[in-house]
Amino acid sequence: MGERVAIVGFGQTNHDQCRSDVSIAGLVREAADRALQAAGLELADIDAFVLGKAPDMLEGIVMPELWLADALGASGKPVFRVHTAGSVGGSTAIVAASHIAAGIHETVLTIGFEKQSDGNAMWALSVPLPFGMPVHAGAGGYFSPHVRSYIEQSKAPAHIGAMVAVKDRTNALKNPYAHLQQRGLTLEVALESPMLWDPIRFVETCPSSDGAAAMVLTSERMADRLKRPTAWVQSTAMRSEPTLFAGRDQVNPQAGIDCAKAVFAGAGVTSPIDEIDVAEIYVPFSWFEPMWLENLGFSAPGDGWKLVEDGETNIGGRLPVNPSGGVLSSNPIGASGMLRFGEAALQVMGLAGEHQVDGARTALGHAYGGGAQFFAMWVVGSKKP
Amino acid sequence: MRDVAIVATSQARNTTDSTLTTPELLMPVLADLFASLESLGVSRSDIDFWCHGSCDYLTGQPFSFVSAVDVIGAWPPISESHVEADGAFALYEAWVKIQTGEADTAVVFSNGKSSSGPVDRIMALQHDPYVEASLWPTMTATAALSARACLDRGVITEQQMADVAVRSRADAIANPNALVRGIHTVDEFLAEPLVHAPLREHDIAPIADGANALVLAAGDVARAWSPRPAWISGIDHRIDTQRLGARDLSVASSATIAAQKAGVDQGHIDAAELHAPFTHNELILRRALGLDDNVAINPSGGALCANPQMAAGLARVIEIANRVTSGSIDRGVAHATSGPCLQQNLVAVIENR
Amino acid sequence: MTTSTNDGDVVHLHQPIGVTYTWSAGPGASAYLQGLTEGRLVGNRCPSCDLVYFPPRGGVCPRDAVALGPPVELGHTGTITTFCIVNVPFLGQTIEIPYVAASIMLDGADIACQHLIQGCAATEIFIGMRVRAVWKPADEWTTSFANIAHFEPAPTDSDQPAGAEKNA
Repeated sequence: MGERVAIVGFGQTNHDQCRSDVSIAGLVREAADRALQAAGLELADIDAFVLGKAPDMLEGIVMPELWLADALGASGKPVFRVHTAGSVGGSTAIVAASHIAAGIHETVLTIGFEKQSDGNAMWALSVPLPFGMPVHAGAGGYFSPHVRSYIEQSKAPAHIGAMVAVKDRTNALKNPYAHLQQRGLTLEVALESPMLWDPIRFVETCPSSDGAAAMVLTSERMADRLKRPTAWVQSTAMRSEPTLFAGRDQVNPQAGIDCAKAVFAGAGVTSPIDEIDVAEIYVPFSWFEPMWLENLGFSAPGDGWKLVEDGETNIGGRLPVNPSGGVLSSNPIGASGMLRFGEAALQVMGLAGEHQVDGARTALGHAYGGGAQFFAMWVVGSKKP
Repeated sequence: MRDVAIVATSQARNTTDSTLTTPELLMPVLADLFASLESLGVSRSDIDFWCHGSCDYLTGQPFSFVSAVDVIGAWPPISESHVEADGAFALYEAWVKIQTGEADTAVVFSNGKSSSGPVDRIMALQHDPYVEASLWPTMTATAALSARACLDRGVITEQQMADVAVRSRADAIANPNALVRGIHTVDEFLAEPLVHAPLREHDIAPIADGANALVLAAGDVARAWSPRPAWISGIDHRIDTQRLGARDLSVASSATIAAQKAGVDQGHIDAAELHAPFTHNELILRRALGLDDNVAINPSGGALCANPQMAAGLARVIEIANRVTSGSIDRGVAHATSGPCLQQNLVAVIENR
Repeated sequence: MTTSTNDGDVVHLHQPIGVTYTWSAGPGASAYLQGLTEGRLVGNRCPSCDLVYFPPRGGVCPRDAVALGPPVELGHTGTITTFCIVNVPFLGQTIEIPYVAASIMLDGADIACQHLIQGCAATEIFIGMRVRAVWKPADEWTTSFANIAHFEPAPTDSDQPAGAEKNA
């Protein structure tokens, strides 16, 4: 609803384990400059900034967007901060899009970032709190039991997780910005990878990255004037549910199901597997690819792994998933969701380079966060909605 | 723009040392909010969008806002978002959402337990991590720099600062949420020692734990849910450079822009609630927003008498909305700030129609 | 402390940040915490959905958004609903790796709690396995779920907490 929203520029940093060549501000600016360059615009053309990142404790700066206003030349302009856990990169893009859909601003720069090397994410995500039993070990420790439940329920073969890892890491070789550039990874090698949080292997785990993503979103009027390759927002949706409650399905959360239904309905998509050409899905641990394929309605419950096994999620398959290499190849947490949203846009703009999916017209960007209770999604297309 | 109004509000009683958890702090606030709409048959399931403002570092826990989702009734799943900022910014996001047409109603809420940790030091971590934060520039210390700049330029006097405190504490007598209140004199205050020169005790808001919430609704829904909706006729926020040495700390230029964009000067203002946790902040903001002497400033006693971090800005909105709804004023201004020395400012004009 | 390049350019600053917080348990967790100091496992029942929460996080039923009701004493045995084997070291870790972290549905509770499983090989653990609490010596008990050292496989015919005879 509201005014049409156009994505006219997407930029990302070269993601790496430690970008010691730049400060946090430099990292943010690198992505911002690339997005502006793609749009043919300058910072002066930006009406408002919408920033997102994961918990402030990852870098030890309270509300860093306040400090980063300088790096963006934002004095006198609005700077808005979103924080919705791991889904933040997606929800930040949605909040930015809302400003244009509502007709409040014409051109908005939205940015997601994380400089994980500046802090200790495992610590920040597992701060030992009193009164409890500190058995969790970061996000892997949190999600691994749910992966085990999925494997048990779906009867998926044990090699599915490794297959996703091989696909995503191989795709990353076609994406010059991806953090991990792991050549020669085969299924045999992947299956030899040690278990970190059994049943999750090392190779099936996302890296810890420094990185940022940025997008220039603008009105239809401005997009028509700019005449750049453009992705059009067809639909957006966000859903949340409580983290833990008695009887909660943590393998196939209702909030994800509802969010997918809403975003597809908004985009007029009735059969996702047939109508979505490519999907960038938030998969920090490889087993989440089949889990989310089911949650999103691309397959029946329990059948998501069959799409993986049949190679249908490879580039050239029925539904290419994460041709960019995904979160499994680059994970600057606060940017990871926006990278999914931006890569989806890049595909329908036809600008994805070596990892371009031929003929991509309609794409899904997906992000989730917390204990898989926050979801943010958008569908973008090459045509105006 | 769609017509959007505040149709219900609720505030927890501020305390200095709450022993409640985040959910326990918020639960009665939300229960009270919906109790006020119960007679209209309005319940949580009628709300299209929820937006929350809070700060992880205040709580000392990453993802601290997650526990707030437990008290809002997020089952079946809801459309919801969170800002790492004062609840006034959550109000802004909800207002934007309603403007898109994707929602007609929203609940905005915020909470802050400033007593959990050394809030003055925690907020020092807002500064440039490479060159400034390591000096631990506390909230009060940076505010004192700004007060000094104002005094040295001769734009305010210590008497005026004390006068703000005298008026605020006297007004706070009628406000059960205030933590300091009473009848004082300027002479009495100025005889007190300097604690963070040039600031005295009365210039500094006491630490507060608090929570609050409001309901936003568009057009006809607002008219159905409230006999006298508090319409938001304009809302805007702007930021300045954070670097203290790079701006004039005796002014708040971003507040001036936000006020212009929000349309403060488009009509008579009866009252203004300014998020001014230090006395000199109020004096800076009055000038920045162009408020003349006829405007009642901080009739609730203001943030100077109760300043729950991340909730004090939204409290200003609630105080103005309540006055519009009760009919005691027709048009008012609510202001919220973020960052050191009034770096970021949000201004909303709220009116009767 | 700083890290520099060979040319003397500063690359990293190491600035440890220390902030001390006072955490409130809140009245909603009171019966649970008091129970732990006495070697008892106490949950709370939601007055709306009638389900038993253990631990009573924040004193609220997250689905119904209402305050939890009266305390409910739970058994010291339960069933593993899922688990993971942690092999990865991290800062602040207090448990030696590898260890098994499991979700355990205590008898009488309606939501699983998290704890360690020991007393058998990791490969022997399975979803649906019956386990029982092994308490630390009573003189080490505080208001912490860590009063239970770990859970161990339970003989299927026994509902007695292991260590009960030692602590008696």
